[in-house]
Amino acid sequence: MIWKSKKFIKETAFYILCLLIAFVCLFPFYWAIVSSLRDSSSLFSTDLWPTKVTFDNYKEVFSDITFGASFLNSVVVAVCTALLSLAVCLMASYPLARAKFKGKKRFLMTALGVTTIPHVAVLSGLFELIRFLDIYNEKSALILSYMIITVPFTLWTLTNFMRNIPKEIEEAAIMDGASRFTVLTKVFLPILSPAIVTTGLLAFIAAWNEFLFALTFTLTNQSRTVPVSLALFSGASQHELPWGLIMAASVLVTLPLILLVVIFQRRIVSGLTAGAIKG
Amino acid sequence: MKIFHPQKFRKRQISHSDIFLNWIFLLPCLLTLLICAGWPLIRTISFGFTDATLDNLKNISFVGVDNFIAIARDQDWWKAVLNTFVIAIVSVPLETVFGMIIALILHRNFKGRGWMRAIVLIPWTIPTIVSARMWAWMLNDSYGIINDLLIRAAIIKEPIPWIASNSLSILSIILVDVWKTTPYMALLLLAGLQSLPQDCFEATEVDSIPFRTTLKSIILPLMKPTIIVAMIFRTLDAVRIFDLVYILSSGNNENATMSVYSRRFIFDYADVGYGSAAATVLLFFVAFLSVLYISFNRKKLKEMD
Repeated sequence: MIWKSKKFIKETAFYILCLLIAFVCLFPFYWAIVSSLRDSSSLFSTDLWPTKVTFDNYKEVFSDITFGASFLNSVVVAVCTALLSLAVCLMASYPLARAKFKGKKRFLMTALGVTTIPHVAVLSGLFELIRFLDIYNEKSALILSYMIITVPFTLWTLTNFMRNIPKEIEEAAIMDGASRFTVLTKVFLPILSPAIVTTGLLAFIAAWNEFLFALTFTLTNQSRTVPVSLALFSGASQHELPWGLIMAASVLVTLPLILLVVIFQRRIVSGLTAGAIKG
Repeated sequence: MKIFHPQKFRKRQISHSDIFLNWIFLLPCLLTLLICAGWPLIRTISFGFTDATLDNLKNISFVGVDNFIAIARDQDWWKAVLNTFVIAIVSVPLETVFGMIIALILHRNFKGRGWMRAIVLIPWTIPTIVSARMWAWMLNDSYGIINDLLIRAAIIKEPIPWIASNSLSILSIILVDVWKTTPYMALLLLAGLQSLPQDCFEATEVDSIPFRTTLKSIILPLMKPTIIVAMIFRTLDAVRIFDLVYILSSGNNENATMSVYSRRFIFDYADVGYGSAAATVLLFFVAFLSVLYISFNRKKLKEMD
């Protein structure tokens, strides 16, 4: 009996710890939602739940044209970044995972090295390149710069996933006369589709959240992405920040991501842990 | 009727000796890395030795190490170096400890694990700028919920200026950074736990050895390589911190990190030469860590083949 009650206490302690962690993880977002639902007179109330719910902040965010534009910009940039890095890395991961040739390891190690570069260390070089290509203040400038972030980890994760496909499948296709390009598109692509969804999602999230390049390579309200508009959102002075609006915008920006994470949590975890890139 | 040609068959089998084709497949990726990372990196380093400005990137003259000498003489730079290292040195160990606790929880099979996994991922998913804004609101000195709760709980009497005060705002930056990146750390460590032989977790259950003992004498020693790699990786990330500092230090010089300092000179003061030189110094600071990180991973790559 004593043993049993001891176990019960341990289990209870375990679940209390879980609740505590969940509380710490969720409370800031919960508080943002609560604040966004308050009108300006009750904004500074510190009741833990909203007493009078109003959607005025959301209405105002939606009626703000620049916010809509930046939302659209973010979607386009993040989708293009994810698709482009997937295309480039799928091709490259095929020989990296399945072939033996000189320079393969060096290639993978170089990609790994790119992940360790501080982003300010490419900032002025990229700025010059973007000016030269005449794409400053354009979405393509952001997509170009995001490749530094997404390509290395997409490459590593896809290579790791592709390494695990049994060799027999590939050999069977080659024996049937398939070219290597056909093997990649018709055989590997379907097998890899869960992995592709995962890595694509990770690239999407990375691009959606990026700030430094977005801040630097865009100039006008119309071409900004959401994080930049949110960062530059300000009132007349530091003390007059429109907190209700900022919180409403924050919730709107985060909601799609949280939905994705709740739906795909298992895949995201497997994607993040599959890349040997993190050790 | 087709005749079976053994020789032809052998030829068609994948030997993967076709080096040319391999490099065709690699070419787009290689070009992307060269254009987006390699070239800009080289250009930034070389800008550091010139007097380039934002409006004039072309007709620039070589000024030797003048920029670097000026940086070494700038008090603000050394403050930025100190801030950067304080943030990294305090937040990475905290993230490792919390990350390990969460990883051990997620590794256990219990009811609601899926939910726990999703919840833990949320701080990592939220865009850094949003986290910074949310926390800035919670830590607001006059209206923030945190001061309010602390006062209500009678822990403090006066509201604490979490963000307005320079020394405290470093603390706030560390707090938000730990909150935001612990989930990622937890996942890295979880991956390590999953690759351990699973019977080392059973020792606790079967032989009723206290979990503390199992953790100290079995799990942690086996996890050491994973923990080291994860910590190096996170340190590399922490040293280049930009977003959080940009929002939470509200633009003052006192709390700038090396990334914020460099960007400010390149774009706010238009001094591309000086700012690039500062970025180059940051690059050299992390180079040692990068080499360490890559060599750890190379060992791992060898084991796999």
